Amino acid sequence: MNLIDIKNVSLHYGTRPVVKNVSVVVEQGEFFVIIGPNGAGKTSLLKALSGLHPLSAGDIEIRQRAIAGYSRKELARTLALVPQQINADFPFTVAETVLMGRYPHLGLLSVEGREDLRLAEQAMELTEVSHLASRRLGQLSGGERQRVIIARAICQQSKILLLDEPTASLDPAHQLRIMDLMERLRQQEQLTIVMVSHDLNLASTYADRLLLLKDGEVEQIGTPRQVLTQEQLSKSYGCTLLVDENPLLGTPRVSLVSEKIATAIKSEKVGS
Amino acid sequence: MIGYIPVYKKLIAVTLVLSLLLAFSMLLGLAIGSSGDASAAWKLLLGQGEPDPTLEVIVWQLRWPRVILAATVGASLSLGGLVFQALLRNPLAEPYILGVSGGSAVGAILGILAGFSIFPGLTLSSFGGSLLVLMLVLLLSNRREGNSDSLLLGGVMVNAFCGAVIMFLISVSKTSQMQKIIFWLMGDLSSVGTDTLPLLLGVLPCFLLIFLLAQPLNLLLTGRESASSMGVNVAAMMLVLLLTASLMVSLTVCHSGLIGFVGLTVPHILRLVLGSDHRILIPACILSGASYLVLCDLLARSLPSQGEMSVGIVTALVGAPLFIGLLWRGRK
Repeated sequence: MNLIDIKNVSLHYGTRPVVKNVSVVVEQGEFFVIIGPNGAGKTSLLKALSGLHPLSAGDIEIRQRAIAGYSRKELARTLALVPQQINADFPFTVAETVLMGRYPHLGLLSVEGREDLRLAEQAMELTEVSHLASRRLGQLSGGERQRVIIARAICQQSKILLLDEPTASLDPAHQLRIMDLMERLRQQEQLTIVMVSHDLNLASTYADRLLLLKDGEVEQIGTPRQVLTQEQLSKSYGCTLLVDENPLLGTPRVSLVSEKIATAIKSEKVGS
Repeated sequence: MIGYIPVYKKLIAVTLVLSLLLAFSMLLGLAIGSSGDASAAWKLLLGQGEPDPTLEVIVWQLRWPRVILAATVGASLSLGGLVFQALLRNPLAEPYILGVSGGSAVGAILGILAGFSIFPGLTLSSFGGSLLVLMLVLLLSNRREGNSDSLLLGGVMVNAFCGAVIMFLISVSKTSQMQKIIFWLMGDLSSVGTDTLPLLLGVLPCFLLIFLLAQPLNLLLTGRESASSMGVNVAAMMLVLLLTASLMVSLTVCHSGLIGFVGLTVPHILRLVLGSDHRILIPACILSGASYLVLCDLLARSLPSQGEMSVGIVTALVGAPLFIGLLWRGRK
């Protein structure tokens, strides 16, 4: 089933076009990753999906309904955004932050009931932050804070999770922890995950399908094997990237090749 | 859940304790004054002792309106401070420091000079003055995003300018109805000539409206996009809150002149004790802001050996050092 249907969408940032005529379909239960060089329009597209960026052309439909027709709260019950960071200037506790995810489900006075508390507890257990419940957000490490934001999104009970580079600035162990959590959530809670990432190897390992954007336009859509090819990546990113096979998984593995080596190889080829 | 007390339990406990504090402060405010015996007044309030007609007049006709005024003004100013701090994401924001109070005082004085009655003319001109300053402050903070010092500096300058305009207007006007300069510059609760009922009727709906927006305000503090993605209509909410808060502030300024730092002191102490949840902070701010100004006014009335001083002196004596302290801590 087409869960998210992006139809000929264009976006502008002021007068500057950032996304041009992009069409893509995300299916129910998919792990969908958006990649592309800096300034390709990845985050803008993600924001447009969550209703935070006005569309200059085209339409986005979720469950066959245009997002413009959703009320703010209704949209929040349908999809949850996990921003890279949230402001921690005001000292909310972890429990308070996670409970905020219940907001789109609450009435006028926004007082949480027992069921809301249970859901928050469950979300904190899933993301392994229960032991931090009474700590303040500002006292946590980057990885812990990211897990709290994800817990808040889970508590929101939306079936679609939108993530903006959730693993940026995390060490490999924390990156894996977040990504494995995403994978587990997708299976246990039947979530659909749309993620923006710069990490091509993470994308290769976890994604069902990839969207490669460049200068706001679709370069390619497909499985990691289809998209992550040496020619395609080197062309899109404007540098030499080596793609071979991950010996454990058989998925594409991307390695950086320094310019010096790249030139040496080229001249070698020309010479032979 | 471990480490979490349900909101309604916290709300009931906090409201109960702070209501008791307010009742106690008000009783003190009624009992103590420059004339009459405090212990006799205390007995009168508790319904004991001999009935004394003179004392009854002093307590119920002189002190009671003043205590009510102090409570209303205190509640409005602290709540105004809390709202400005949240919306501008700056713990040092406060109606007086931002110059919003000053703007509404200038508006009010122009209204008096134009011969407006207190409602709706004077209230509107004062509201207009506060909105004008607020717009200026917001433009400044948008222009220099992330630089909270420039916001405060702008506020200080607007404040100085408004102060000069106030003194200028009062000096050149010959209107007999114009009160003394000190009323407008330092704040004063002694001129409870006018009825405080319209003031109360004006600010109570503001209190309620702000309370209803408490949870969206919490979400907003985690970031605009974050709040928006969770279902908050950010632009509409900010507009409503800014309008409500400035209306509240300008209503109080018309009755009490410029009283500074209440909106800084009270929310700051409450946040230290109660945390950041505005569903708790808003009612707490209303109740303890009211108690705080009743007590400050009590000091202003009873400390000087003769006459009394402006309540604004007391609030500034407490608030300004706190402000400097906060600035000091923020620098590190």
